[in-house]
Amino acid sequence: MPTNDTTSGTRRSAALLGIALALLIVAAVVTTLAARSRWWLPPLASAQGRSIDQLFIATFGIISVAFVLVHGLLALFVWLYRDRGQRASYWHENRALELTYTIIPAIVMTGLTLSAAGLWSRIHSAPPPQALVVEVRGEQFGWKARYPGPDGKFGRIDARHYNARENPWALDPADPAAQDDLVLDISTTGELHLVVDRPVEVRIRSKDVLHSFFVPAFRVKQDAVPGMVTSIWFTPTKTGPYEIACAELCGLLHYIMRGKVVVQTQEEYDAWLAQTRS
Amino acid sequence: MAHVAPAEAHAGHELSFWRKYIFSQDHKVIGIQYAFTSMFMAVLGGLLAMFIRLQLGWPGRSWPILGNLFPGGMPDGQVSQAFYLAAVTMHGTIMIFFVLTTLLTGGFGNFLIPLMIGARDMAFPFLNMLSYWLYPPAIIVLLASFFVSGGAAGGGWTAYPPLSAVPQAAPGSGLGQTLWLISLALLIVAFLFGSLNYITTVLQLRARGLSMLRLPLTIWGLFVTAILSLLAFPVLLAAAIMLLFDRLGGTSFFVPAGLLVGSVPVDHAGGNPLLWQHLFWFLGHPEVYVLILPPMGMISDILANNARKPIFGYRFMVGSIVAIAFLSFLVWGHHMYTSGMHPLLGTAFMTTTLVIAVPSAIKTFNWLATLWRARIRFTSAMLFALGFLSLFVTGGLTGIVLAQPPVDIYFQDTFFVVAHFHFVMASAAIFASFAGTYYWFPKMFGRMMNERLGKWHFWLTFVGIYATFFPMHYAGFMGMMRRIYSPQIYAHLQGLQPLNVFVSIAAFVLFAAQFIFLYNFFRSLFRGPQAERNPWRATTLEWEAPSPPPHLNWGETLPTVQRWAYDYSPPDMAEDFQPQAAPAAVPTGRSREGRGDGGHAR
Repeated sequence: MPTNDTTSGTRRSAALLGIALALLIVAAVVTTLAARSRWWLPPLASAQGRSIDQLFIATFGIISVAFVLVHGLLALFVWLYRDRGQRASYWHENRALELTYTIIPAIVMTGLTLSAAGLWSRIHSAPPPQALVVEVRGEQFGWKARYPGPDGKFGRIDARHYNARENPWALDPADPAAQDDLVLDISTTGELHLVVDRPVEVRIRSKDVLHSFFVPAFRVKQDAVPGMVTSIWFTPTKTGPYEIACAELCGLLHYIMRGKVVVQTQEEYDAWLAQTRS
Repeated sequence: MAHVAPAEAHAGHELSFWRKYIFSQDHKVIGIQYAFTSMFMAVLGGLLAMFIRLQLGWPGRSWPILGNLFPGGMPDGQVSQAFYLAAVTMHGTIMIFFVLTTLLTGGFGNFLIPLMIGARDMAFPFLNMLSYWLYPPAIIVLLASFFVSGGAAGGGWTAYPPLSAVPQAAPGSGLGQTLWLISLALLIVAFLFGSLNYITTVLQLRARGLSMLRLPLTIWGLFVTAILSLLAFPVLLAAAIMLLFDRLGGTSFFVPAGLLVGSVPVDHAGGNPLLWQHLFWFLGHPEVYVLILPPMGMISDILANNARKPIFGYRFMVGSIVAIAFLSFLVWGHHMYTSGMHPLLGTAFMTTTLVIAVPSAIKTFNWLATLWRARIRFTSAMLFALGFLSLFVTGGLTGIVLAQPPVDIYFQDTFFVVAHFHFVMASAAIFASFAGTYYWFPKMFGRMMNERLGKWHFWLTFVGIYATFFPMHYAGFMGMMRRIYSPQIYAHLQGLQPLNVFVSIAAFVLFAAQFIFLYNFFRSLFRGPQAERNPWRATTLEWEAPSPPPHLNWGETLPTVQRWAYDYSPPDMAEDFQPQAAPAAVPTGRSREGRGDGGHAR
């Protein structure tokens, strides 16, 4: 028989671990509830973001159930089946049980895959024809934006024409479409202006290394890749100022690489555009 | 099947000190060399994390005393921007490649494979020695990079070009990045030598009667991991060499035309930065499983032993290891949902990624079922094994969030990802390593570790891990980006500072608690009580050898295996375990009512 000493040691360890795991469940629930008011997703400001948040909350609910279930069972088992001198059961096969916890996760994962695939294809569908089109360019360590002129066309870009002060976008002077492009520094003097409830397609470039165009309020993140133009479209739903961050490590001052967005009504936007162009 | 004649085993010729302990071809010595070197690197990697937490907890604050201690990294008492990025990069590189991979495959793999399969040594002992001796040069090259102009590499452990390809793009992209690539290439060759050896050994040198489906799950985990390494690491080796060519040879695999770094045109054309990401993650994702499959196996054996109960669903356990390994080659793109990769690929990679949840769930519930109606002993090894289970589940579940590309748009490159992989991969693998150390230490060194210190170590580490990494989920909810030097200037990250202070303090406690382990480890090495041959009353073959096993492990005859690895508490036996190599049981005549003292009959 086990000595009293090991029995009490086992009992203490089992109790501690059972309580710790139960407390872990409580702590996870309480801190998550507390986090909702202080450390949660920033206030939402885009139509796509609402669907993203809904899918996230649904997934979060599912994984929370699994978290509580597994930790609850673990706490229960370490307490119930601590060594009290009993003989363990020689039980190591149960096909029905194993198939149950194969099939249930498989069904849940299939559901998640289908819903996420649907949302993903909507997010990456072709932007609506009335969408505003703007270009954003990342560089060490700031963001620049470009709007097409009244012709609605972006001019050609060629790195050979780059001049930090006079031609920061390296626009090709030989291209007539480039003559009227509106170029802004949206990290310092300017802002990226968007229209509320009007879809916008942001085409993203990089001048030097990888960056990532991240606007937390819009739930938008898309890498800026040198040599490629990436794009993402979304619909801002609230007027106001927002912040662009860089989410891909881009060098020494990566952490200060941010930009400004302002969402306005169509009238305000038109007035701003007319004033800036003149 | 012995590849070394038993006669030689008993020839009694004394090996010189150098052949015995330094340039040894004995798998046990090589395993212990790997383990000690990994422990040294773990302290270093942990220390680098402390610099990261110091900066994130108190950005802008000066610590003059630390500034005097680390004038290079903290010139005015504050972690410099370049050193911060070097710390982030090197912490990841060291912990993933130079600690966990080397410890799990090089350390545990080397020590355990021949012993657990009843072999005298690895199939290729000389290659095994070469494998270890590529590791110190790789470390020297890596650590030397801290002292070169520009400092160590600062482009993250993923080393995404063009940042890592264009020297003028960042201070760490100079010589530091070149040394990083050379160091990694050396270490990869070491891994490849090791993997070849492990695969051959498991296939060729198993004891008589040890069929594949009688192998302990530790061996299954290590064996499948070796196959993963052998298939995945050459891709990273090729990528690293290509990047070296881009940096030094003027090629353009990863650098496109038209780049202007600091307003200066870069003389490259025709490359694609996404190519590196595909190649890197084609290794990078299997690498995550290189770090988790051996732990899964080790945990299965430690759980069964301490629960005194067979592992539940052995065949499903083997099947799920193989399934996870296979799927791990098909999911690399889930690191690239926002990279500019075609969205249809995102859908495909999401599907394969979510499929992995199924074998992972099977393993988790099989471990739980192993505990059901068990007789649990709470040794330090068992506590860490149970801790592994908790950490693996917590971290695995957030993977379901990140696997979905629409949701990942928001969470990609935030602290939510940092929390996720520190739970599921880093902490879980570390917990399994601790469990394995407490469990196999008696076999490795012939002495027992102190259980009381082991329990203190467990409790501080378990609470410390949750206190450090759980709040990082909330930083991720807020959208805090990875690898930023300070979150203070961002509007959406206001109010985050108390959380970061809490995390930093928890991280310091967690780091400090590891010295309890180091003290226990080194003290037990010299002062620990002598270990019996089979102190845990375990079934597997390594416990048939003396503690510690002699050179070539076994005496005249190799063990012969009679049964599977999990005959714990078999019915109609007084003992509560039956070793794999024990001769066929003679029924004792006792019925199952004869329980109670069964486990202590010896």
